[in-house]
Amino acid sequence: MTKFFEFLNSSVGRKWLMALTGLFLSLFLIVHVSGNLQLFKNDGGMAFNQYSVFMTTFPPIKIVSYLLHATILLHALNGFYLVIRNQKARPVKYASKKDTRSTSWASRNMGILGTVLMIFIVTHMINFWYQYKFGAMNWKTYVVEATTGKVVKEDMIPAADAATQNLQPVTMDYMGNTIIICKDLYAVVAEAFKNPAVVAFYVISMLALSYHLLHGFQSAFQTMGIRRKKFEGVIKGIGTFIFAILIPALFAAMPIFFLFVHK
Amino acid sequence: MSGNMNLTLKVWRQKNVKESGRFETYTAKNISPDMSFLEMLDEVNEDLIKGGKDPIAFDHDCREGICGMCSMYINGRAHGPVKGVTACQLHMRSFVDGDTITIEPWRAAAFPVLRDLVVDRTSFERIQQAGGYVSVNTGSAPDANAIPVPKDNADEAFNSAACIGCGACVAACVNSSAMLFLSAKVSQYALLPQGRVEAKRRVANMLKAHDDAGFGACTNTEACEAECPKGISVTNIGRLNREFAAASISGE
Repeated sequence: MTKFFEFLNSSVGRKWLMALTGLFLSLFLIVHVSGNLQLFKNDGGMAFNQYSVFMTTFPPIKIVSYLLHATILLHALNGFYLVIRNQKARPVKYASKKDTRSTSWASRNMGILGTVLMIFIVTHMINFWYQYKFGAMNWKTYVVEATTGKVVKEDMIPAADAATQNLQPVTMDYMGNTIIICKDLYAVVAEAFKNPAVVAFYVISMLALSYHLLHGFQSAFQTMGIRRKKFEGVIKGIGTFIFAILIPALFAAMPIFFLFVHK
Repeated sequence: MSGNMNLTLKVWRQKNVKESGRFETYTAKNISPDMSFLEMLDEVNEDLIKGGKDPIAFDHDCREGICGMCSMYINGRAHGPVKGVTACQLHMRSFVDGDTITIEPWRAAAFPVLRDLVVDRTSFERIQQAGGYVSVNTGSAPDANAIPVPKDNADEAFNSAACIGCGACVAACVNSSAMLFLSAKVSQYALLPQGRVEAKRRVANMLKAHDDAGFGACTNTEACEAECPKGISVTNIGRLNREFAAASISGE
């Protein structure tokens, strides 16, 4: 065990920790963005609300979510430690302006970008995760025609009524129809993104995510010593087009959609 | 002579490791564009000595770009504005008449300033002493072809061994990390069969010496590769990371 802690406490070991936790978080983003694409569906939020039930009740996902929270903390705290340690390595700064043409802005500012993202994650969890788990939320009933899959009837159950009835999420068949009862997280999302300030904050945070991943994704592979010459093009391509452009753009499209398109 | 330049120098002056330093401004008059940067400083020092003042202390030895002694941070870049050269191989033709040149020592906790532009780089030696060698019995020279070495590996090891230990990688790094130096020294042995024998112990011990000296951790900005006068590649850092992880998992 001492050997393991020696590894983890060394400058290279901490970089490995940064790389592995970072890549796990990148994988999570793929899952998160794919699931949330259901917000764009024109079905009164049924698919998204059902997905929310699944994500909060299916035991393996619950376990992964605890792992995810721990990984976010580990990545952030380790990053914070490394920033402090690296600052200490140069107690007297240079007087002349540093020539920065050889390095990318993102690579020099991962700590700042990470801080923006940490503030975003906390805000984002208060907005939706806390609300879903502990907040007073309206519920929704959908009646779906089993043969066509069409929503034939939807009803809102006020938060107060849901609380007095101690409502649980259910999906059941009833006379050729499927009845779904669940919390209406979709409405909470739609409501939150009617506020332009919230939308602006989310879009700016996604810009920070873009720059963070532009450096972070490919940097993780360099840290793990994946041979650069062989894979450099593929890794940088995936890091740039999928993680730095596609994923943040899809996330940013969600608040923009609710502010401008959704009625 | 026509074409000669007059320059303003802002130079870091510091008496010793304990006292704090400051910038002093000097004028370098009638400087030939064919002079090296160090020759220009020699001229300035001649004038200072004639005027009864302390000359500017700076490190230098071979003045051919291979010893790694010269160490100056010139206008925001390690070894000045030209890529792939040390300060001694930088010529005054890279500047124009009337320029102001700021000259600072390497800045890192692990490189304390001894005087003016001279820094103490024994932290590099401590890293070397921790494992930058192969242990062999002395005796007659072994047969050159006794141990087969793939040509690619021999070339790559030679490229890594081109590191002159000047410290420009540390000076250029936003984190004052010596990863490029360390990884070059680890790589030149890791790539050869003679070096594999002690590979695990070497990488662990040399990294420990690096961290203990107070160098920062690598964030892959790759400024080191851009500023290295010998063109050492950051591929070496990838190899170091791999070697260290493997040594930590399977090492004794």
